Amino acid sequence: MSWAILLILSFLIVSIVFNGLGTIGLHRFPDVYTRLHAATKCTTFGTIFMTFTVIAHSVRLYLITEEARFLNMAIHTFLALVALLITNPTGAHAIARAAHIVGIKQEQAESVWFLTERDELREADLEQTEPVSTDESSESSEVK
Amino acid sequence: MIEVSTALYASVIAIVIYIIICSFRIFLGPTVADRIVGFDTLNTMVIAAMIAMGAAMYETLFIDIAIVYAILSFISTLYIAKYLEGGGS
Repeated sequence: MSWAILLILSFLIVSIVFNGLGTIGLHRFPDVYTRLHAATKCTTFGTIFMTFTVIAHSVRLYLITEEARFLNMAIHTFLALVALLITNPTGAHAIARAAHIVGIKQEQAESVWFLTERDELREADLEQTEPVSTDESSESSEVK
Repeated sequence: MIEVSTALYASVIAIVIYIIICSFRIFLGPTVADRIVGFDTLNTMVIAAMIAMGAAMYETLFIDIAIVYAILSFISTLYIAKYLEGGGS
């Protein structure tokens, strides 16, 4: 069964490496949106692999000893994985949307956002709040 | 069996070091959204540390607390974001 220990340790190493990359990216990126990108993606990936580690470890112990508490631990860890998968990207999306609505600017000099020209979320908000000329907006949306 | 639990304890120590580094972003973030990003990252790492700790000590209770902590941190993040954008009252 040494290949099972090797699999568990490789999952654990992937988890630690990606959590560390998320922590480094939280400090190295210049503005809110790139920090959110680095921190949320890498940390979610690393924590998913931590749950994989624990599930593999528990299933291995259950297959060796056949005690029910290890299977219980595997199922609870799977529930934690489901909760993490639902909650984490939704929270990140809410943070990004709130930062955009408040009007936090992107760092113009150091970032790739320097090349973007259109702001589709703000255009959609303006179309919702100020329906000044519906014919022109519908025509322009068709043209675009 | 002993090797895996030792590795899980070592990963808990590594994640605690990451949590301390993440808390620096909460203290010196220039805007409010930076602080919220640091808080969200810290919550996810606390969940990872709780799961690893529960597996290392063979305690299923820690993993149950990790589930509840995930849902509560999600609610708090959503509420802080809603408060930040000014729509909720």
